[in-house]
Amino acid sequence: MARNLLPGDPEAGLEWLDAAGPHSDIVLSTRIRLARNLQGFKFGPRADAGDRAEVLRLARGAAEQTGELQGAEALVIPKLEPAARQLLLERHLVSRELVGADGTTPNSDAALLLGPGRPVSVMVNEEDHLRLQSLVGGFRLRDAWRAIERLDDEMGTRLPYAFHTEFGYLTSCPTNVGTGLRASVLMHLPGLVLTQEIGKVLQGISQVGLTFRGLYGEGSEVVGNFFQISNQTTLGKTEEDLIDHLQRIVQQVVQYETQARQVLLRDARTVIEDKVWRAYGLLRHARSTGFEEVMNLLSGVRLGVGLELIRGVRVYTLNRIMIFAQAAHLELVDGDGQDADVTRAAYVRQALAEEPVESA
Amino acid sequence: MATLCDRCAKNEASIHFTQIQNNEATTRHLCEGCAAALGLDPGTGSPAPLADFLAQMGKPMAAEQGGGPGTCPTCGLTLADFKRTGRLGCARCWSVFEPSLKGLLRKLHGGTQHVGKVYLPPDPTEMDRTARVVSLRRSLQRAVDEEDFERAAGLRDQIRRLEVQP
Repeated sequence: MARNLLPGDPEAGLEWLDAAGPHSDIVLSTRIRLARNLQGFKFGPRADAGDRAEVLRLARGAAEQTGELQGAEALVIPKLEPAARQLLLERHLVSRELVGADGTTPNSDAALLLGPGRPVSVMVNEEDHLRLQSLVGGFRLRDAWRAIERLDDEMGTRLPYAFHTEFGYLTSCPTNVGTGLRASVLMHLPGLVLTQEIGKVLQGISQVGLTFRGLYGEGSEVVGNFFQISNQTTLGKTEEDLIDHLQRIVQQVVQYETQARQVLLRDARTVIEDKVWRAYGLLRHARSTGFEEVMNLLSGVRLGVGLELIRGVRVYTLNRIMIFAQAAHLELVDGDGQDADVTRAAYVRQALAEEPVESA
Repeated sequence: MATLCDRCAKNEASIHFTQIQNNEATTRHLCEGCAAALGLDPGTGSPAPLADFLAQMGKPMAAEQGGGPGTCPTCGLTLADFKRTGRLGCARCWSVFEPSLKGLLRKLHGGTQHVGKVYLPPDPTEMDRTARVVSLRRSLQRAVDEEDFERAAGLRDQIRRLEVQP
């Protein structure tokens, strides 16, 4: 039997998987977070247990009165079992720091406020007291901003935010001060990787005040041709300017990726067709697969679906496999105590079997 | 002739890192060890500017010695703590270490003045309200320019509410 690791909705925080946004084969998701701290309490790294308990109490009280987070679950990290913490990490709802990944112990009263069926959530007692975040599917910076701005307004009327007339919203780290805003777009760029143009594009990104990371945020490796692109600076520009700048650059990258894919089709159609169908074949039939292998093969299938070489598989299904083929999510699927790689392969086979394919 | 590393001035510089910010290019010549210490791993192409600038902060501070701030009276953070961790301890730290922070912010963000959203506290003063209205008007202008009339209407309501209140 599959078990539920989280109280409340077992699919919480997964609304973005629906792939409803524009360019969803290239842009998987859009995320915006706002860093906020409360006056009168020491910031994350220097806060003591008393500070953290009070910050969580205030944050829960304020969230309960908002339209976005009314009825939200407060998932107190140290009270969750390790698999549940990992599950939140795999859904990109919490940072490694919050859940004490890499062997550290999570802080007392570190928590995630997670609303039912809403795109917003709040990390409490991380490096900053509050990290308000919105996560939506596809390339939808505006929608993500509207959702988080509304929540911020509502929380702000009830909480004493630390704000400075010159420096703006005060944060623990000077790289986040001002707007406290980090907007990031998760992109799948196999065309640029295969045509070896990716280096130039990433270099260009760094030169216009943006930065890129792997799938799991800061310090993570690039797996499966996924890149997260986000703003580097947070002070001296309005939130809307920061978002518009990212919007324009990501639009350009989408265009470059589309062009690269067309070049591949024109100059190496057979090679690409072979690559995407091999990837599909392995996922559809393999009996034991590691997560990184699944990610790399999914990248191939995703490219095939984007180029309409493979028809019948939905982007939604590929998104879902990406999340549910991870270690903690496989526990939800139930492996009967089998080897994780065997369970993973069986899960992927089953997910793909439900959608008959045809080739172009 | 080989260039020596800007940072340690001992090893030969093999990494040349150019950064363009505000249309101004600066190039640093570093050996591999120093580049790694500054988070400028040539493999990732993703610089860690904070580590870099924290490392440089020693110099300006030495010049300010004497009148320089020591310890935050609220949370006990010292400048040395901040240089080690890169994290401030509380809201008060931002005032206590303001002179050093301003230099850092200029390097990190190209300026020190926040121009985004203005926070309206639960019991705002007249000044809080005025500052908030100014930032809302900026958003309103933008919404009108973008013909986002639904948002414009919402912003106009917010401005009106703030202006009506005593």
